[in-house]
Amino acid sequence: MRIFDPHIHMTSRTTDDYEAMYAAGVRALVEPSFWLGQPRTSPASFYDYFDALLGWEPFRAAQHGIAHHCTLALNPKEANDPRCLPVLDELPRYLVKDGVVAVGEIGYDAMTPAEDTALAAQLQLAADHGLPALVHTPHRDKAAGLARTLDVVHESALPTDRVLLDHLNETTVRAATDSGCWLGFSIYPDTKMDPDRMVRVLREYATEKHRILVNSAADWGRSDPLKTRHVGEAMLAAGFTDDDVDQVLWRNPAAFYGLSGRLDLDVEDTTPGATHKGNSILRGAPVTTATTEGR
Amino acid sequence: MLIADLRTAVRDHLDGDTTAWLDRALAEAATTPHWEADFAAAARHCRRGQHPELADATRILLLHAARPDMPTLTRLYSHGTAAERRAVLLALAHIEDVGPDALPLVEDALRTNDTRLVAAAVGPYAARHLDAHGWRQAVLKCLFTGVPLDAVAEWPARARGDAELARMLTDYARERTAAGRDVPADLTRVLAHTTPEEP
Repeated sequence: MRIFDPHIHMTSRTTDDYEAMYAAGVRALVEPSFWLGQPRTSPASFYDYFDALLGWEPFRAAQHGIAHHCTLALNPKEANDPRCLPVLDELPRYLVKDGVVAVGEIGYDAMTPAEDTALAAQLQLAADHGLPALVHTPHRDKAAGLARTLDVVHESALPTDRVLLDHLNETTVRAATDSGCWLGFSIYPDTKMDPDRMVRVLREYATEKHRILVNSAADWGRSDPLKTRHVGEAMLAAGFTDDDVDQVLWRNPAAFYGLSGRLDLDVEDTTPGATHKGNSILRGAPVTTATTEGR
Repeated sequence: MLIADLRTAVRDHLDGDTTAWLDRALAEAATTPHWEADFAAAARHCRRGQHPELADATRILLLHAARPDMPTLTRLYSHGTAAERRAVLLALAHIEDVGPDALPLVEDALRTNDTRLVAAAVGPYAARHLDAHGWRQAVLKCLFTGVPLDAVAEWPARARGDAELARMLTDYARERTAAGRDVPADLTRVLAHTTPEEP
């Protein structure tokens, strides 16, 4: 079972998690930018974080055989702090980077006017940079939050088939499906969705299975980076085929983030010296052995 | 490696569309600021997975063609992804007249634990400009992190007769032995070079 976790905050996870994820079949992931567990107080704190999502964290993931990409944005929660708003002006220089495959997570937290502005501005940034958008739906007042989210999406320059609505559940899946957006579900030990409920949604919405994504959304809270695998197992136990599992856990996230034109699922060899030894182009060695020499 | 040879090697790996992209990007790099967008986007044009070093080489060619001044080089590094930073470090050997001003970039890379950045930092530019203490620390860091000694440019010449480096290496070997761990073969190699040559 090959797994692509389309939403996981690896910066808050350990190397043990990376090992366990690889063993469970995870070969690719996308790490959306979010808060730090407590509020930031300055834009510079975002920039160091974005740099880590484009530098250290992909290196860490590659050491464990996992391809790492990210989505960048000013998150909804911190869009409410005027001290953090200058991030919106710096985002364009980040959104051109190779490792960035969407704008996100954007959306609503407490549904404030400041969040309206940040969401609209960042949907426009996604359209300007040829990127899709990962849109978080609020945990509190979710159904109303989804309706307000869809209003802003419809007013934006971004077509709904380039928008992934995340953290959906039984109460929001119908409206989300009707919107034409991609459908994301986060599987948690206690809150959000669980594997068996996910399987019921997949059954009920079988005709939409080409645009359903499942993620662990694992972070510092009580969460589990192997929840994607658990969904795959629950699907097989419920009679879904290997191909169904592959579609939901691999091909759909690859298709959605592939809309960026920047997804590269080959994992760079990070064994110290591998790049150096394999650097036939930079060293002027014969080109035919370049990819295998250092591996 | 000469830039002309590097350009030939890169072109040998690219298909027609990508070659056209490269030619356009290199031509623009010499004349317009637009090249910085190409510098950022190099890997999605020259797929890094198929040939991890292709994007590095492409970015080096762009830097060489654009000949950025030191403030620009510093900004490209500090605003760069790890891959872009690596390219700036590798390009230092190919950009004339930088002098010692790019040393802070090398020192920044040597503070990281990304072995790809560390390996890129210890090239010919570091051999020429790092002071004795900084260079010894860089060699030791390579031994610590497993970056091969051969990534360290001109190490035999700089290590020759360096008694302080010999002391640091000997202490490190002792620490490894005390812990029941192997002494890296590269340590033995460089240690052998620290002995002053017989008159």
